[in-house]
Amino acid sequence: MVGTAAVSVAAANAGASAQAQSTTATIDRHSTQVSFTVNGTRRELTVDNRTTLLDALREQLALTGTKKGCDHGQCGACTVMVDGRRINSCLSLAVMHEGDEITTIEGLGTTSDMHPMQAAFVRHDGFQCGYCTPGQICSSVAVLEEIAAGIPSHVTEDLAAQMQVTDAEIRERMSGNICRCGAYANIIAAINDVAGRPA
Amino acid sequence: MRQFTYERATSAASAAAAVADNGNAKFIAGGTNLLDLMKLEIETPTHLIDVNGLGLDKIEATEKGGLKIGALVRNTDLAADERVRRDYGVLTRALVAGASGQLRNKATTAGNLLQRTRCPYFYDTNQPCNKRQPGSGCSAIGGVTRQLGIVGVSDQCIATHPSDMAVAMRALDATVETVKSDGVTRSIPIADFHRLPGDTPHIETALDQGEIITAVTLPPPVAGRHVYRKVRDRASYAFALVSVAAIVRPDGTGRVALGGVAHKPWRVEAAEADMPNGAATVMRKLLDGARTTEENEFKVTLAERTLAGILEETKG
Repeated sequence: MVGTAAVSVAAANAGASAQAQSTTATIDRHSTQVSFTVNGTRRELTVDNRTTLLDALREQLALTGTKKGCDHGQCGACTVMVDGRRINSCLSLAVMHEGDEITTIEGLGTTSDMHPMQAAFVRHDGFQCGYCTPGQICSSVAVLEEIAAGIPSHVTEDLAAQMQVTDAEIRERMSGNICRCGAYANIIAAINDVAGRPA
Repeated sequence: MRQFTYERATSAASAAAAVADNGNAKFIAGGTNLLDLMKLEIETPTHLIDVNGLGLDKIEATEKGGLKIGALVRNTDLAADERVRRDYGVLTRALVAGASGQLRNKATTAGNLLQRTRCPYFYDTNQPCNKRQPGSGCSAIGGVTRQLGIVGVSDQCIATHPSDMAVAMRALDATVETVKSDGVTRSIPIADFHRLPGDTPHIETALDQGEIITAVTLPPPVAGRHVYRKVRDRASYAFALVSVAAIVRPDGTGRVALGGVAHKPWRVEAAEADMPNGAATVMRKLLDGARTTEENEFKVTLAERTLAGILEETKG
């Protein structure tokens, strides 16, 4: 995707960007100003309307942890959390995230202070080439939250009962994240580990 | 992707008005299907109206004892709603059989009804397709047809509607609530909402230009075992070859609707009286007039066996 409008990126603090846009501020006919929070930092961007959230994160905010795989919602490499929910950032326009709170893999942990899921992926060797891994980890964190929140899945036997973490539930709920290296078995082990289940 | 202008709608009627006068404008909600198609330039709107701020994201009890599902209720929230899980199990089952966790978190109730076919020839812009480019011809007829429609098809189109949710809603006799730019509302029975392809496969629903879905209403719960069984090439995250939504009472009577076989969720009420007589009898009426190809005639057998499995499972 080629943006035609000049792009300005400002990591403004909350005070400096007080005029949060309640209506659409159109810069030219095909660009829009948008502000959202990424990993706790308020960001204000002007984007070509076509810019996906994925491209805004990677190309404009230099948060390249989130990966572009298929760019059509089929592979899950672009998975990020928006307002606490995992989504495919490739199938969402940046302009549609006014005021949202976005968490990417960079916001989950750092090399010196890893999120428990990141540490578990390392411990269980839950990757090979690593390209799908940020998406896998964001999705894994969300999967455990979704089970805790009682959101059912295709393999949930009793819709009225408390949801359980099982291998079948993990497999089903992770089906939107493809790993062409085939690290699935170790990914399941990592998620089980974080969930406190024996490997 | 082609350039477009963008606005955030402040009311359903104003959103409808913005599209009513502009044939190149589209609503965007979850965007999971529309943006995919825009990247491929199968959809080329010049103006998008973001309807996410309209507040149509609640599930409310109706006076008649049913549920009114806001157009913007996400698939995840609808599937997880306690009342839906308890009283409309077939709907929860259908929702969680579709897409992936990430997509269900964005995909909306109205958007799911309006999603486009996954016919490979609709997606291949190098091939003629009457749905994508009216009058250009149908590449699917005589092409690779394993995934495609077997009933209600026409000489212009044999595409299927890809939704799981809509199949359950058809079994539940849902109603699609809409508003037009002049504020006039309509309640469209889901049976009449999706159209057969006929000579105009590019016209997929009963909606007028600029008419916007505000909600889907479910009648009071239908007693019986609620089952949604989906047969596909992978265990998860794939479209149906055949799916069966069924509600079966203890005496074996009930309702049945099929997905993956037609341009719309497929239900023939007259066939349901035969449910106690077995799947083969039901399917003879349900798939009466089926027009199959060598590659997709297996769907007739598969539908029958899937229903037979459900009837066996729900016995007694």
